[in-house]
This record gives sequence, C-alpha cells and structure tokens, in this order.
Amino acid sequence: MSQQFLEFEQPIAELEAKIRELQYVSSDNAMDLEDEIRRLQEKLQNKARQIYENLTPWQVVQLARHPQRPYTLDYIQHLFTDFEELHGDRNFADDKAMVGGVARLDGQPVMVIGHQKGRDTKEKIRRNFGMPRPEGYRKALRLMSMAERFHMPILTFIDTPGAYPGIGAEERGQSEAIAKNLQVMSGLKVPILCTVIGEGGSGGALAIGVGDVTLMMQYSTYSVISPEGCASILWKSAEKAPDAAETLAITSDRLSQLGLVDEVIPEPLGGAHRAPETAAQSLKQALCRHLHRLQEHAPEALVEQRYQRLLNYGVVKH
Amino acid sequence: MTNWFQRLMPSRIRTEGGNKHNVPEGLWDKCPACQQVLYRPELERGLHVCPKCGHHMRISARTRLNAFLDEGEREEIAADIAPADPLKFRDSKKYKDRLSQAQKATGEKDALVVMQGSLKQMPLVAAAFEFRFMGGSMGAVVGARFVAGVERCLEQQLPLVCFSTSGGARMQESLFSLMQMAKTSAALGRMRKAGLPFISVMTDPTMGGVSASLAMLGDINLAEPKALIGFAGPRVIEQTVRETLPEGFQRSEFLLEHGALDQIVDRREMRDRIHNLLSLLHHRHWQPGPAQTEATMEAPRESGEAGQD
Repeated sequence: MSQQFLEFEQPIAELEAKIRELQYVSSDNAMDLEDEIRRLQEKLQNKARQIYENLTPWQVVQLARHPQRPYTLDYIQHLFTDFEELHGDRNFADDKAMVGGVARLDGQPVMVIGHQKGRDTKEKIRRNFGMPRPEGYRKALRLMSMAERFHMPILTFIDTPGAYPGIGAEERGQSEAIAKNLQVMSGLKVPILCTVIGEGGSGGALAIGVGDVTLMMQYSTYSVISPEGCASILWKSAEKAPDAAETLAITSDRLSQLGLVDEVIPEPLGGAHRAPETAAQSLKQALCRHLHRLQEHAPEALVEQRYQRLLNYGVVKH
Repeated sequence: MTNWFQRLMPSRIRTEGGNKHNVPEGLWDKCPACQQVLYRPELERGLHVCPKCGHHMRISARTRLNAFLDEGEREEIAADIAPADPLKFRDSKKYKDRLSQAQKATGEKDALVVMQGSLKQMPLVAAAFEFRFMGGSMGAVVGARFVAGVERCLEQQLPLVCFSTSGGARMQESLFSLMQMAKTSAALGRMRKAGLPFISVMTDPTMGGVSASLAMLGDINLAEPKALIGFAGPRVIEQTVRETLPEGFQRSEFLLEHGALDQIVDRREMRDRIHNLLSLLHHRHWQPGPAQTEATMEAPRESGEAGQD
C-alpha cells in the first residue's frame, strides 16, 4: 500500500520521493549516490521531527482520522493471539461498526471490544464509518457481561466519529443503549482497560470507554463533540474547526495534563500508520503493565475505585 | 378578529389597530403551539399548560420543583457549588462571560437544581434542569449536584425524581462534560443496587448527552406530551440520512410507540402519578399514613395495611 500524505506532511513526501528516486538511479547504474542519500535521509528525519513536534490540534485530528491509521482489528492482530470474533446483540442485528470477541493477551484470556472503521469505500459503508447503532452498543454490552461471568478482563478500543445519527438508530433507542453501557460498565467486577486509538467521538466513544484506566495513542483525539460540530454551533461556521480543535483540548497531551487520561502511548515518528507493529508493541506493554496492576485488587475494591474515579471527574468552585 | 380575550381585555391594554400578534407585556402570554392568547395568572395556575390545546410550555427549574414538591420544608442540595472554567474556553464569546450572563438571566448558578422535600408526604429528592441556563447543558456542576442528590437518596433511602430538559453535554467544559455522563450513570447504578427507585421525567427537549445517560436510566421513564427526546438532533439526522424525517419523529409519542417510555404524563397530573408509582415501587421503605390513603385518588392497597412499616 503506498503511503498517503496529509497536506502538512508534503515536505516529508517530497523528500521521501527524492530519496526513492536516487535509490533507483543508484541501483540502476554504478553511480555512487550513497552520501547524497544519507544526507537526504538525515534531512528527512529532522524535517519529520520538526513537523511532528509542532503539530496543531487540527493536524492531530487529521492524523487520528488518517485513512491508513491502524483500526481495532489491526491492533487485535498485533496484540492478541487466539482471537475468536463474536457477533450479534441477540435482539436485532450484528453491527459491523463494533467488533468484539475473546482472545489471549500474553496468554491470558480477555474480552476485546472496539469500534471498527473500513479501509476502502465498500468496507467503509459496511462498517458504517465506525458509527455504531444501538445494536452495536448492545453487542458490546452482551460481551462485557459475558466477560464478567467468566472472569475475563475487558479491553476496549475507541475509534469512532460518534454514535450513528439515523432514523432507525433513534427508533431502537440509541440514547438508552449508550446510557445502559455507561451504567453497567461502572459496576462490572473485572478490570476494564480503555484505549483511544483514533477518534474518540463523544457519547458514542464513551459508551465503551468507562473503565479503570484510560489510555490514548499519542495522535488520537477524545472530545465531547467533533471540532466541526462545535465550530458550527459556537462559531456558526464549520470552517472554524481548527479553532474549535484548539479550544476543546482534545489531544492526548492536553487531556493527560487535565488528568482525564492516565497514559499517553507514544507513536512512531509520523504516526502509528507508518509502523503499526511498533505502535502496537508500545501499547501492548502498557496494557500488560496496567492489567497486572489492576488484577492485584479484589473485584469489590476495583469497582469501588472505579466509582471514586468517576466521581472525581469535573472541576467546580465551592 | 374579535375573540374572547379581546372582549375581556381592559381597554387600557387593548391594542388599537396595530399589530394583532403583539402581546402586551405582563398579564398575557401566547401559546406557542395554538397561538391562543392566555391570561398569565390562569396559565400559572395550570402549570403553564395551554388550557386550549394542552401544549406544555417550558418552565424554569424552580417553578417545576415548586409545583412538584409539597409546600413546606425543602432543602436545596449542593446549592453552593458553582461552575469553573478549567479550559479557559473561548469561542465567539468567553465561557466565563456566557456563565455570568446565564447566571444573571436565570438567578441560578448552573443548570440543575436539586432539592430534598416531600411529595404528598413521601420524602424524596427531586432534581430539575434549567433550560434557560445554557440550554440546560450538563457540565461539572450539573453532574456534581446530581450525584449529591443520589448520595442523599442512598443515605436516607429515598427515591429520586429528575425532570430533564437539556440540549446535552456542555461543550465549553469539553471532555469534563462528557465524563459527567459516566459519573451520573454510575451513581444511578448505586441507586439500582440499593433498590431505590429513580423516576426520570423527560420534558421538552431532552437530547444528546443527558438523554444518553441519566435521563434514559429511569426504573420508570416518563415524558411530558410532545417533548423532543433523542440522542442526535433532528437537523443532524436530516443532514446525515438526507431524508425528511417522519411526522412526530423523536417526540414523546414516538418514543412511547418504540418502547423507550413507560408513560406520557400530563404535567397537571404529575404529582398524582409519580406519587402513585413511588408508593408502589418504594413500598418497602414508605407507606402512606391513613390520612394520606384517603387523599390519594387510587389507593393501591387496603387502608388497614397503611402506615405500618
């Protein structure tokens, strides 16, 4: 798959193209261009570092939505063994925007649940652009309750623009489905580890995001509303989305400063899609570390701690 | 056009010739649904329900709680906490300025009022959203007050009633607001575990993050007639699906039809209905005294059992 570049990555794209050209020329005839190539590669590294160290929140939003960004099933492939996908909410349908199943993390049986986006047009439509309907949340709920029965920790992967705003979704109780998940997750007697891997879009994200620890991939976002939505309501213009992205504090660094995220998982230079396996390995280490820590608590203590954690969210004046 | 109101109206308020739709300040209100002009004191006695068409107008949190709770002793819960601005949020206006504007306009510190009181002598906690305060949006104060209400219920084994009217989570507190959804839902989980009833009354409008958390988690979900209730706003849905939405979409009657509500309740009957429901659900902790049983229209049990705990 050829690399797709975002607008702000154009300098990187140009340098990479030039390097490829030189490599091609140098392999074709006997010309020795190695020095030149090395010089360009160094320049590329510096340029890339310079760009990625100074990303605006709006640029991070674009990275979080990058068409080549690893999705839940990609992470599942890298993080787990023996994955068995489980389908359906047992009531209405199998929502393909939400995937889940049982697997092993370092040998330990776990329940895995996540939003799923599609890569090409056909798949995007099949996955409904990662926007679940109520049956998606109810499938997640079914699997989470099952995990509790079988004493399996739950790992969730958040990557959605939001819950689907559709007629059928409303008819079948989108609000109730989300609310129910929030309530049930707050009381499950097994560890719940939530990771935002791409877009954390509002209630549709939180509906699988209530747990004992919240991790964020470095270039993911987590927000109460999309920057575009916020801009069109508060600025009356969707074009102000970059301003909204700034003000909303939706990037991992800001959220971690605000204490809303427990750990930020560093991504490879250029984003997780440039080296998905490396990104997944960093995430795996963090997940195992947190899981071991959480498993030292008795189930009741775990639930009580989670509850207190939830109560502490929010800043008020007395 | 001469209608009853014009004939009744004292000449000093009667508008001569000018704009017929102009409603004089003070004594008169116009029903936004049927355009009927209504005498305000009568409207207030009728809890702001249009006597002509039954339209339920939006009312303030305090009007709501005053009408719902028994007169007499009430205690406001967590009244002292006020909103902060952890993000120094600024859009076309500063959040700080929006807050002080809303505070001035409503006399409230934030968009939820919680009170302990009684309903036909049954002690309980009741909460009501203030829609005029930034669209009844839920930020940290709303979450904290709601949880404080729940905690009071858990301490004293009381039922909880919440009247929602809200556009959803408050954007100006960003992810903190989103987390209030988890927080309020978790607190209601404790109510559930303790076997204490929560009645959620959805009023116009109950949308987004409030609908997708505390409002839909009632042991009993009630709504006022024709309230707009849903997760996504109608305009967002219309833009997404590119279809015209069906008549009555996301209104109370639609939700009842699709199984999301237990009942639609007229505001003027709210006290009776909720009292009856709670008398039944909360029977392990509270039973009506003898005088109370007579006063209740539909006494659910033999009066001989009443008052014995």
